[in-house]
Amino acid sequence: MSDPSLLAERLAAVRARHPQASDGISEALRAVMETVAGGVPATEGSLLGEVEALGRTIATAKAEIAALHVDDITASHIPSATDELDAIVAHTATATHDILAACEALDGLTGRLGGDAAASLLEATTRIYEACSFQDITGQRITKVVGALKEIESKVAEITLRFGCRRMRPAWQTDGTPQAMETLLNGPQHPAVAMGQSDIDKLLASFD
Amino acid sequence: MAIDKSMQVLIVDDYKTMLRIIRNLLKQIEFHDVEEATDGAEALGKLRNGNYGLVISDWNMMPMTGLQLLQEVRADARLKSIPFIMVTAESKTENVVAAKQAGVSNYIVKPFNAETLREKIEKVLGHV
Repeated sequence: MSDPSLLAERLAAVRARHPQASDGISEALRAVMETVAGGVPATEGSLLGEVEALGRTIATAKAEIAALHVDDITASHIPSATDELDAIVAHTATATHDILAACEALDGLTGRLGGDAAASLLEATTRIYEACSFQDITGQRITKVVGALKEIESKVAEITLRFGCRRMRPAWQTDGTPQAMETLLNGPQHPAVAMGQSDIDKLLASFD
Repeated sequence: MAIDKSMQVLIVDDYKTMLRIIRNLLKQIEFHDVEEATDGAEALGKLRNGNYGLVISDWNMMPMTGLQLLQEVRADARLKSIPFIMVTAESKTENVVAAKQAGVSNYIVKPFNAETLREKIEKVLGHV
């Protein structure tokens, strides 16, 4: 296809198939055609058509992303979800301390009771103390979820930036906390894959 | 070997709930002289100014982690022989190995019960 008029015909056909082509891309192609007075080989003409189609796809994707209001994810949805999770941690901590206070009061009675009653009470309060450690475990798990949400928030913000949407940098990215968090462990593992105390005892014994 | 339960114990955790739980469990097994720290740096300060017979520390703390605290303790000529028990929800093999290589005396995985705590304390203090 060395004849520019043939290229123009093909371009017109492409436009007919995709009438919502970006004006900017059309202008660019027109400029290219004007500079190729000596003719455009068939492969290059085809390539130009592909470029135009690609530009149109990108324009459509941008419009669709804008219609989804993805900024809401970083501006509202994720901050709200993390606030709710933080509130859960705070409420369970308060409740746990109330339980522990009551348990400590019961512990104080063992001295006055004596005998089997004191032993039974001590055993019961021990179980309560052990059970209250749930607050630490759930707190760490929720912290992991919050971290995952913030990572999603960051990625969404990056995508909106690349597609020309308004950038909403998450506030947590500016205080250096995530970098500092890298020095920590990953928190509780899922029970299905975590090592138990007996596994750890065996591992430690292997050093002796 | 009889264990001296009058010794001072330092418990380190950034979760106040866990400090309270461990303190109460220690009290039930007759360790009454218990001090608390909420991070590694505070713990190190208390250790350098005190006379503790046992450290029970969480790993996940900021700004100084339990592992860093352990390394500081083992590098300090006056503190290096203090028994040190790491308590953490993290049970990956590489972490247990890292703690062992840093000189941990024993390692308790959360959630734990009073019997596990008593058993590990007796084990590490029995080796002193």
